[in-house]
Amino acid sequence: MLKTLRKIHRIGIVTEPAPAADESLRVREALQRRILDVMGRALCIRAVDAGSCNGCELEMHALGNPIYNIEGSGIRFVASPRHADLLLVTGPVTLNMRDALRRTYEATADPKLVVAVGDCGCTGGIFGESGAVVGRVANVIPVDVAIPGCPPNPARLLSGILAALSAGRVSSA
Amino acid sequence: MTLAKWFDAAAPVAGAPGVTGLAVDDDGWRGAAEDFAAAGGRLVALWAQGAESGHRAVFAALAASARVLVVELPLAAGESSAAHRYPGLQDLFPFANRMQRAAGDLYGVHSTDPDTRPWLRHAPGGASYEFVKVQGEGVHEIAVGPVHAGIIEPGHFRFSVVGEKVLRLEERLGYAHKGVERRFSQIGILDGHRLAARESGDSAVAYSWAYVQALEGQVEVEIPRRAAWLRALALELERLANHLGDLGALGNDAGFAFGLAQFSRLKEQLLRATEQCFGQRYLLDAVIPGGVRADVPAHAGAALERCVTGIAAEARELRDIFDEHAGLRDRFVGAGTVSCALAARLGLIGLAGRASGQAFDWRVDAPCRPYDELRPRKCGAAGGDVAARVAVRFDEAQESCRLALGILADLPPGAVQTRVPAPPADAFAIGVIEGWRGPVMIALSAGPGGSIRRCHPHDPSWQNWPALEHAIIDNIVPDFPLINKSFNLAYSGHDL
Repeated sequence: MLKTLRKIHRIGIVTEPAPAADESLRVREALQRRILDVMGRALCIRAVDAGSCNGCELEMHALGNPIYNIEGSGIRFVASPRHADLLLVTGPVTLNMRDALRRTYEATADPKLVVAVGDCGCTGGIFGESGAVVGRVANVIPVDVAIPGCPPNPARLLSGILAALSAGRVSSA
Repeated sequence: MTLAKWFDAAAPVAGAPGVTGLAVDDDGWRGAAEDFAAAGGRLVALWAQGAESGHRAVFAALAASARVLVVELPLAAGESSAAHRYPGLQDLFPFANRMQRAAGDLYGVHSTDPDTRPWLRHAPGGASYEFVKVQGEGVHEIAVGPVHAGIIEPGHFRFSVVGEKVLRLEERLGYAHKGVERRFSQIGILDGHRLAARESGDSAVAYSWAYVQALEGQVEVEIPRRAAWLRALALELERLANHLGDLGALGNDAGFAFGLAQFSRLKEQLLRATEQCFGQRYLLDAVIPGGVRADVPAHAGAALERCVTGIAAEARELRDIFDEHAGLRDRFVGAGTVSCALAARLGLIGLAGRASGQAFDWRVDAPCRPYDELRPRKCGAAGGDVAARVAVRFDEAQESCRLALGILADLPPGAVQTRVPAPPADAFAIGVIEGWRGPVMIALSAGPGGSIRRCHPHDPSWQNWPALEHAIIDNIVPDFPLINKSFNLAYSGHDL
């Protein structure tokens, strides 16, 4: 226990400070303001993997680390679409996930936002469209913002979420 | 030694060291599998091809210690799937069941084994799948997925429970099925490494390396020594990043958020240092045919060295904290146990196998370049529970740090690429690379004019998913996320 406390004390708070040179952190600030303006409370996100290679999921996980500290910006990943304001969807959408994705969308209360993540979520990526793959997320549900990248890094994910909150119904971050 | 007759009859196969191939008939197919099973050998992979790849056939890669025999059983031509059912291997290697069903789904090639339920190809409209029903007083089912409560890949778990105790778990996978094998045949053979890397993003280096190992074997190209060392650096960084991420998540799943905060901080440091070296946080495009995409800048290598040194020291410190934490020990020890005997029976491999006494690591036992020079140490445990898998992850994380630092210290000079021509049509090769989960295998056949005739990627998760069904028996439902995370198996990698 003593070791744990000593470690916590020694490491301190590593969340990067707001006025740093990194562009991503200005995004974090803007995002926090925007969430308060639009939502007045935490933004609740439901992650849906509609068939990705899991690369995008790794970067979505990174949003929660103490460096990006997404919860500190007022964003929570929630366990049910019924609690969600925004769906963060990775692709390509497989045929076997098409119905599950559609049902998740339908279970999310209006008003709702959808952000497609990664090259595959945006266009189908290297997998394209085939007998097994339906392709981009927008082929199955309406998409507000699409974030390209293979995978997009956490800063780009934050920018995309901010774009969805700011504009809504645009085609690309 | 009964296996000698098989290896004597076989011809060398290009690619990974120690691989041989042999065409067989029904009796040879069954006979080889029986002899390997009797000698304590393993089934590495089983796959099929359809008439569009030249002729219908089913393949099995069988391994005994460091040698691999790929047997090919040609099947009768013709459209009728009943024309020729090949002998099933499920009684010898239980996990063959799902690979045989997948071969049936994708190529209409069916075995004689009784379980003919579809596996990768789901019925249209989500029609019902016949789960095995557990009956008795107080038994009820819990259905989970394919959309999960966290940031996880899609899959379905059907638990049959009494109270909180799990009597049976049945997995239903295939939700991430993307038809990668057919996609391979639509792209050029010199571009296939990009698709291979995206078979499972967390194992991108292992997959792309296994792919180019097969490709380079087909054209007998030897890559520069520096390129081989940089591939090993990339692979060890990938292993380290995954272990750091999972160790943090394992702490979190046992209620120790401190663990997640610390390890995810270390992982982020590592990803940033990796980006400085290779231009990417996750190395989806680092390995290319003939070498690596770019050399590591000297200043970035020095920064990585400092980063990895720091991670090794902090991981040792965090291991002490994990080991001394009574709450974590309580959750880890005895949870999700796969005994050594069961692991051997099920053919458990890779990281999870080594935590259940199955001491096999391709980097050590059948090393490809440069692991013959780097001489990794094999890690292992015999407990077979979550605690054992955590211990092996801690050990392997340290070993990856040691290897990465050794590579950075002694990186040979020279080029990092060499030219790779397209292989001649019909060239065949096998690539095997020990990724962080276990051995990733690529079977690659070249077509004419630089095309891919057939490419089959095999993930170690095929072997290990069925073992998870055993590991959870008699545990309680709330321990499933912890046990599942201790294996952290691939969905996309498995679903093809």
